Amino acid sequence: MTEHFPALIVVGPLLAGLLIAAAGWFNRKACFPMAGLTLLWVLWMCIGLTLRVVTSGSIDYHLGGWAPPWGIAYRVDFLNGIVLVVVALVAFLNLLASWNSVEREMADKAGAFYSLYVLFTTGLLGMVVTADAFNLYVLLEIASLTAYALLGMGDGRSALSGLHYVFMGTIGASFYLLGVGYIYLVTGTLNMADIAARLPALYSNGTVLLAFILCMTGLFIKMALLPLHMWLPNAYANAPSLSASLIAPLTTKVMLYVMIRIGLNLFSPSFTFEISGLAPAMVWVAVIAIVAGSVMALFQKRLKRMLAYIVVAEVGYMVGGFWLGNRAAVTGAILHIVNDAMMTLCVFLAAALIVHRLRTDNFSDLKGLFRKMPFTMAAFVVGGLSIIGVPPLCGFFSKWYLISGGIIAGHYGFVAALLLSSLINAVLFFRIIEIGYFEPLPGSDGHHHEPPAKMDEAPLGMLVPLWAAAGLLLVLGVYSGDIATRIIQFAIPEAIL
Amino acid sequence: MDALLSFVIAKYNYWVVVLLIMIGLYAMIAKNNLVKKIIGMNIFQTAIILFYISIGAKKGATIPITFGEHGPPVAAADFINPLPHVLMLTAIVVSVATLGVALALALKVFRQYGTLEEDDIHSQIRKE
Repeated sequence: MTEHFPALIVVGPLLAGLLIAAAGWFNRKACFPMAGLTLLWVLWMCIGLTLRVVTSGSIDYHLGGWAPPWGIAYRVDFLNGIVLVVVALVAFLNLLASWNSVEREMADKAGAFYSLYVLFTTGLLGMVVTADAFNLYVLLEIASLTAYALLGMGDGRSALSGLHYVFMGTIGASFYLLGVGYIYLVTGTLNMADIAARLPALYSNGTVLLAFILCMTGLFIKMALLPLHMWLPNAYANAPSLSASLIAPLTTKVMLYVMIRIGLNLFSPSFTFEISGLAPAMVWVAVIAIVAGSVMALFQKRLKRMLAYIVVAEVGYMVGGFWLGNRAAVTGAILHIVNDAMMTLCVFLAAALIVHRLRTDNFSDLKGLFRKMPFTMAAFVVGGLSIIGVPPLCGFFSKWYLISGGIIAGHYGFVAALLLSSLINAVLFFRIIEIGYFEPLPGSDGHHHEPPAKMDEAPLGMLVPLWAAAGLLLVLGVYSGDIATRIIQFAIPEAIL
Repeated sequence: MDALLSFVIAKYNYWVVVLLIMIGLYAMIAKNNLVKKIIGMNIFQTAIILFYISIGAKKGATIPITFGEHGPPVAAADFINPLPHVLMLTAIVVSVATLGVALALALKVFRQYGTLEEDDIHSQIRKE
């Protein structure tokens, strides 16, 4: 069965998602264990695939036995193996934490929630594993449609911001589809390897450049690169916490992976970084995204909104690192996809736990939180330190690669933006720590004889995944050198120095 | 003028697509009513579907049904390209599903605010 893993990681959860929806009609208690087992199985398969790639090289899989370019091919290599593991891991950990929250907030919709949850993971895994440009679009839409529904499920303004996300997301996906149409127009094929073989002869053709720009623009909308980020803060901040903590770490990162895949493997690096002529402009766009995202995060008064703007800034890190186009910076961008997914999961999960207890995430309500929820806040601090970039947590190492890539390229604007953003992140997180630790509790007069606050920690079922995510930040930090030299090293074409 | 005219006419399918995309984008950006925005989104997607359909067409060609091994040898020029059409079957399904999700969200918005006009919704949000 192991040879069918590349297909099973997509087909398995796809069928399971439908079964979960059906099970929800009869017994909604069955939905959570079914989703948990499915994602655990998927995680096991993803880890197995990645280990096989590390030991014996890339895996090609032809769906239905049809050889490419006629059939659809799936491919696991050094670039996407590690992304597969991260997607499956984040989805699994977040699922464990969702049980208490779903039971309390939308028990009647549990079947729909878990079904959409698993289908969303299906779409992302498919996007990562596919080697077919049109198949990627279909899976992108599977992930997007389920994400719209998951984000729009909550109360308050979530439906309206979800609808705005539908508009922006559809424009993005349609641009990508149009770009694929242009590629098909000039090459007559949709298989990525086949396209890559035929394109170099056509690089002087204006249609190819337009196709490249259309695909990239679509992806930039989907990954919320500033100034195309307007949908993201509202959609993530107003959504149900556990939907946001699933989608915030994964959607933008997988779209970044697709950008890297298209930039390195569909088009050759020489086209992406030199012939297209976009690279210098894109690095500056990324610089603006980093600075503006960080500065806008400073002005937020709600925890989840602040975190959403940090996501916008982090997208800038990876876009900038990729378009710098040297080995260190691209390594940093790929490593940061892995690290940032875990860091974002950690802080968004912590925010979800806080919202689960306090039912609010306004800064003014976070007072005394360290006494009330010490374990949650400790994990939040770990996540925050990693985003700031404190060694030995993983955020430091990818930032180190990105900064050294910026120095090698001589792009000091990018380096300065990264350092400034780290500084602002420090301000952001220490402000939360200050509010939670030092500000007097509501109701006390601020003197020393205030009554000690009762501990009112989140349920254990939510704390364990949060701490697993926080622990993984440390593990990833310790092993980031190995990940860079034994996996990412081989993912980057040799043409990139 | 003649050159321009023939340029426009020779590529009329692209001009139609461009026009439809612009109508769709305009509706999504400028319209105040959420359902009108959704209609704009659908026009936008349909334009891209038409683009794919038009690139599969060939002059004087027929539908791509061959007679198998026993028929005359297949000349590709005699048949339209079926692949873009097949792809668009999937894209039509996707666009219907997107429409469904968007309308469901619009329904939820309507139940919450009692209106689909964005101005009214925003003024209600500001009052909260």
